[in-house]
Amino acid sequence: MTFAIDDHTFVRQELHTPLPPPRRNIGVLGWMRENLFSSILNTLLTLFGLLLVVLILPPLVRFLILDAVWTGDNREACLAPGTGACWPFVKAKFGQFIYGFYPIDQRWRVNIVFALGAALLVPLLIPSIGQKRLNALLFFGAYPIVAFILLTGGNIDASAFLFQHFGLFSGLAGASVAGVKLAFWLDFLLTAGLVTGLGAVIGAALGDARGVARIVASVFLGLGIITLLWDIDFGLQPVETRQWGGLLVTLVIGVTGIVTSLPLGILLALGRRSKMPIVRLLCIIFIEFWRGVPLITVLFFATYMLPLFLPAGANPDGLLRALVGVALFTAAYMAEVVRGGLQAIPKGQYEGAMAMGLTWSQMMRLIILPQALTLVIPGIVNSFISLFKDTTLVLIVSIFDFLGQLRAAFTDPNWASPVTLYTGFAFAGIVYFIFCFGMSRYSMFVERRLNTSHRH
Amino acid sequence: MSEAPSIVPSDEIPAVHVPPGKETAVELVGVHKWYGEFHVLKDINLKVRRGERIVICGPSGSGKSTMIRCINRLEEHQKGSIVVDGIELTNDLKRIDEIRREVGMCFQHFNLFPHLTILENCTLAPIWVRKMPKRDAEELAMHFLRKVKIPEQANKYPGQLSGGQQQRVAIARALCMKPKIMLFDEPTSALDPEMVKEVLETMVSLAEEGMTMLCVTHEMGFARQVANRVIFMDAGQIIEMNEPNAFFSNPQHERTRLFLSQILH
Repeated sequence: MTFAIDDHTFVRQELHTPLPPPRRNIGVLGWMRENLFSSILNTLLTLFGLLLVVLILPPLVRFLILDAVWTGDNREACLAPGTGACWPFVKAKFGQFIYGFYPIDQRWRVNIVFALGAALLVPLLIPSIGQKRLNALLFFGAYPIVAFILLTGGNIDASAFLFQHFGLFSGLAGASVAGVKLAFWLDFLLTAGLVTGLGAVIGAALGDARGVARIVASVFLGLGIITLLWDIDFGLQPVETRQWGGLLVTLVIGVTGIVTSLPLGILLALGRRSKMPIVRLLCIIFIEFWRGVPLITVLFFATYMLPLFLPAGANPDGLLRALVGVALFTAAYMAEVVRGGLQAIPKGQYEGAMAMGLTWSQMMRLIILPQALTLVIPGIVNSFISLFKDTTLVLIVSIFDFLGQLRAAFTDPNWASPVTLYTGFAFAGIVYFIFCFGMSRYSMFVERRLNTSHRH
Repeated sequence: MSEAPSIVPSDEIPAVHVPPGKETAVELVGVHKWYGEFHVLKDINLKVRRGERIVICGPSGSGKSTMIRCINRLEEHQKGSIVVDGIELTNDLKRIDEIRREVGMCFQHFNLFPHLTILENCTLAPIWVRKMPKRDAEELAMHFLRKVKIPEQANKYPGQLSGGQQQRVAIARALCMKPKIMLFDEPTSALDPEMVKEVLETMVSLAEEGMTMLCVTHEMGFARQVANRVIFMDAGQIIEMNEPNAFFSNPQHERTRLFLSQILH
């Protein structure tokens, strides 16, 4: 290599070839030097962290595994001083933790619901498995209906209820010879036609009569299918929601809350940023109201105060009321998270989309929301996780979720021992951790997958 | 890009070809616009014939971007009338969408959609706005990507491309809608000097094909060689409008002379 070097001018003759980095910067040692001992403060923090691990980990392992009792039929097994976790307690109460007071001979129905849910959810979460549209339709459309029928037993006479409370043409009841069912369906068809027509008129004002009418009609079609299915007697023994409990209730509230709060939150966020003042005002009132009251108050109100305001006879199911409360509560938080994402999208994206002639809904659906939601995945999952853990508050309105069942099990004198409490909470902690950590890891995976903007 | 022809001399660009009948592409009559109290556009009158190429220049804040953004209603004007391709711009959303379908636009910061690939960026509007089958839209997109000389980038994301490449994708994306009119809002201002040329070449070849173009730019070489008319704006008004030779060699208004002396060294 010859270089023409002097103090003032320089012309490179040959480009430098890349060399391997110095030894000390790579490998395990290099990594440790860089990340754990890069400065005095860092070194101290590393040592402090190590100290914490040494203090916490061995007792935990001793309690949960080494000193734990693994077999036994009652409290006798766990009474010896110095014993660790009393796992036979968990084993004995396991059914209760999962199903609550669901009739033992009917538990297979819950199992089917769990299995079906997992079978539909897992392929939905794995990107490489195709048929996402069908899969989503099954999971979000068909699964809730099937799960409802399996868990409650179906046959709830929805048509009679709807006809009684929402029937527009009650005169039909007298006129009908074939009974309430026919009267209901006549009424339903008339109402559907009427509202669809109304939707078309409103849609015409907005510039899309056919689109609005189609949406309204499909809502009625869905409602009709649900009503029809829920009226069929499948011969399943009815199980009231008061008998549900344990992980079943936690999952029902958690999953329903998650699945309903995200779309609701998106709509609220869009509404809050709308140019239409009334829509915006309504959304702001809704969001600020739900964010302003604690969840406990919501649940308490829904359970004990709501019946006082509702007409006699209209007494919706306790779990349903809690569900609606939790969903709306989370939706308000979700709305603010999504709004944060919407505000982070540069104006140019809107302009680029508009300049191409996309309509507002196309722009939102195809351009703005995909980017905004990707940005706020951590916030969304944060809401999901806190919702999942907050479900346990339904305990105060006498719904026994997973943690509620656990506490109920503590009162069993058969298993009263000094370590029962610790064992139970350790078990609950592990179960909650599995769900929440799972969500967190999955969200990180999705985030990485969707991050296309900074890929180089 | 080095083997591509440099900017073509102006005599190779065909004269304005005016089809009979609808000869006016864009017409602004007495257009005014205010941002709150601030009067941004003052009595703008401009008639752009089909196939005409107009370059708009002027100091920043002179209203040149606002003016062309009024043409596809990214900005609303408050007084006067704007007629695009025979359709008058009003508050009617249908008309606005109709106009936007026929008017392509390129922005200073490209405004590509970072979550979609280059190909998806190009096929989006044909599929959703023109209701074109996906396969046809992709064929069309590849045709225009070849035209802007980056077909090999089709499956990458905008973040992986250089600024010049991104702007060329933006041009291809707009062309995929087969627009009758193209608006350019300072398309080269955000680019590294090395990349300005490749974008200008693309625009020149578009001009050669007879596209109606309104272009806000300070690339005076481009203006000299491609434009049929150059417009100089200041303080929300059109100060001077002339064909390029006369505009550059013999500017009439004092403000124009000052501006040109600042930017032409």
